Amino acid sequence: MPRSVNLLHASPREVAAAISRSRRDFLRQVTGAALLAPSAMRAMAGSNAKKAVVVTFGGGARDDETFHPDGQDNIPKMLTELAPRSTFFTQVVNRGILGHYVATASLATGVYETFNNFAAVSPDNPTVFEYFRKDLHRPASDAWVIAPSNGFNRIGESGHRGYGKGFGAGVILPKRLLAAALANGGSADFNHLLRDNYESQAFSPVIGGNDVELQQLADIFKVSVDDFITHAKSLASPDELSVYIARQLMRRLAPSLLWITLHDIDVAHSGAFSLYLEGIRRSDRLCAEIWNTIQSEPEYAGKTTLFILPDFGRDSDISPGGNGFQHHRTGDPASRTTWMMVLGPGVRENHIVERPVDSTDLVPTLGSLLGFTPNLCHGHPLPEVL
Amino acid sequence: MGPAQLTVESFKSYPPEARALAGAHLALLQKLPLGFAPFLLREIIVFDWKFPYEQSELTHQLAYLTKLTEEQRQKEMAPFAMLKLSEKLDSSDWVNQPAQFLEQLSAHLWATQQMDGFRAASENYVRKFNATMPVEELPVPRLGIAVFGEGVSGTDYKLFRKLRRSGVYFSRLNPANGMEAIAESLKIRAAAHSAPYAHWCIEGGAITASLPGFTCVDYDGLAGVRGRLSAIMLSAYESTRFDPEKLRTTLAAVTPETAGMKDSGDGALDRFQLSLLTEGSGTQIYSTTFVQWAAREALRRAHPLTVFTHYTPRQKDRTMDELLNGAQKKAVPDREGSMIDGDMGAFYTWVNMQRLAGAENARFLAWFEGHSEAVAIGPSLKPGTEDAAPIEMAGVLKRVQYS
Repeated sequence: MPRSVNLLHASPREVAAAISRSRRDFLRQVTGAALLAPSAMRAMAGSNAKKAVVVTFGGGARDDETFHPDGQDNIPKMLTELAPRSTFFTQVVNRGILGHYVATASLATGVYETFNNFAAVSPDNPTVFEYFRKDLHRPASDAWVIAPSNGFNRIGESGHRGYGKGFGAGVILPKRLLAAALANGGSADFNHLLRDNYESQAFSPVIGGNDVELQQLADIFKVSVDDFITHAKSLASPDELSVYIARQLMRRLAPSLLWITLHDIDVAHSGAFSLYLEGIRRSDRLCAEIWNTIQSEPEYAGKTTLFILPDFGRDSDISPGGNGFQHHRTGDPASRTTWMMVLGPGVRENHIVERPVDSTDLVPTLGSLLGFTPNLCHGHPLPEVL
Repeated sequence: MGPAQLTVESFKSYPPEARALAGAHLALLQKLPLGFAPFLLREIIVFDWKFPYEQSELTHQLAYLTKLTEEQRQKEMAPFAMLKLSEKLDSSDWVNQPAQFLEQLSAHLWATQQMDGFRAASENYVRKFNATMPVEELPVPRLGIAVFGEGVSGTDYKLFRKLRRSGVYFSRLNPANGMEAIAESLKIRAAAHSAPYAHWCIEGGAITASLPGFTCVDYDGLAGVRGRLSAIMLSAYESTRFDPEKLRTTLAAVTPETAGMKDSGDGALDRFQLSLLTEGSGTQIYSTTFVQWAAREALRRAHPLTVFTHYTPRQKDRTMDELLNGAQKKAVPDREGSMIDGDMGAFYTWVNMQRLAGAENARFLAWFEGHSEAVAIGPSLKPGTEDAAPIEMAGVLKRVQYS
């Protein structure tokens, strides 16, 4: 039976809990939401319900090239526009496997997944999207992932028996869309863009055109496939395409839980330091663009919390088993420790948290924020942002 | 099969010297755990093509392990013996394909969360073993020279941001005849301290000037090999199902002959150059990565007295819009980016020199080619300082080498 709280005399925690409880109660009544058309879903999303956008500053970035004095040139937007508005966690430790897909999956499940990083498998444990959708009875259109490569196509939904099929997030792989759009007009050069990950020097084979998926996206975005291609041709990198799609998604469907994995930084595996720095600078600019979109979109402004975090770091310059920034193979502290910034309503601004927190704390924090219970995750909610 | 089942026959496919070495240490190898023995075999199997320092280091390591008492060896090997391996690893051909075994072992250790414990055990072992290595006697302090920035007219990028903490930043160096002064200095040094693989020249373009006494590696000289390896890699990428492990196995099986390398008469050097391309990441694509990685590997494996690296402009990485629009099909140089790559590469060469004997007395010079900026490091060059007095390259070289 719900406990009543006199909000006038309640502590902030009690107020938050009460609001959270009310929201859950409300959401549980919307059980038919999954059957609604996109326009109706968008209208539903127009409530005051909280939203969250997670940006994994992907490809692994070190402190040296970001918040360390030597690296601050590379992140002017985050340093001057975002950090002052954020609660900043200086030590986010990833104790899992340092491969991008498995690490991102671990971030999304709150459990250190142990599958082969290069295998096309679903996470073993329920993802944040499944907890969110199942607990809160949210439709498929309310949780989305935009991920860099085909290897991430299973990130939205686990193989867990209690969750899994039917509860996951929609996954958009921008490069795959582009491949489908260019199925008959792609050039050999385009294969470079389909490079799945720099870690294995792998190019993914061109996937056969997924017309349905492409057409679905075209319908949602209200743009023609030709316009999509034309726009893609004006962008400098796959991450820019990801953010373009994210903006379209936010405008058209306004999902409550949006996860964007940037990946340009991973060019570091090629060993070209300047390209790695370019990737960081681009990510910095794109993070600011995402924040500005959140502020300018009525469906998001004032009710959205943004989490930005690298999936992990990269090897330190002095670790003898590595080659500095190029890889993340040693498991040394530099490769395991990174940072996170959290911005949004109710989040303390210009606040720094120096205690070590864990990568797996993200999911339970999202759970506390949005009102779902990630029973099987191993992390703990971060009270500093709740 | 476990190490206890090894026999002399197990090494029949090894090259002659490697086979003899393994056979001579059979009793030792039989007593090592599967979590360790393949690490030794990976080195033994290529013994015939190792540089002199590597050969002496490996034989010393085998002697070190042989001399341990049974109790000491068991204690030393305990962390490796306790690793929980998979059935697949147990049954793999770790004797004839130790490198592939170690690739799989690494993935297994990550997946089973044993990597941190393994890493700590490995570092502990290496530390103990290194402490028993005879101190490397150097006839002259080790010297590194890195030159980068070719073709860049000017930059806003703050160069040497890491290196200048370790040495003197020269801001008014006269760049005229700088390369000639460096070459002259290197020739004198090599003539005075001649030894196999003691002096290395690693060139991002083509070697144009002769450096007697130097072991030289150049990116352009390997163009044919790079082309063949790229074709192998592209074929793997474009197969219906890309398998990174299979590609690694394929690349590991490439020999100088199958890669179309001319037999230089120096098997160790030929194999070394090939390994830069088959084991390095990005070395096939970017000359700057090639130079940095080659310097790292030369230092790690040959322990040279001198390493000279010259970074030249690498090809520009094409942006998505350029790729989609079919623009810039011809490779164009990225001079500014290559300068930044070279700046970081120079720092890494210095870091790698610091891992070798005589680090406290090592000397280093990094120069922004054609410009007045350089950083010089040496025992009497005060770290984190600037020297704004006009100076010639010969003067800087003198201060680096003879201070």
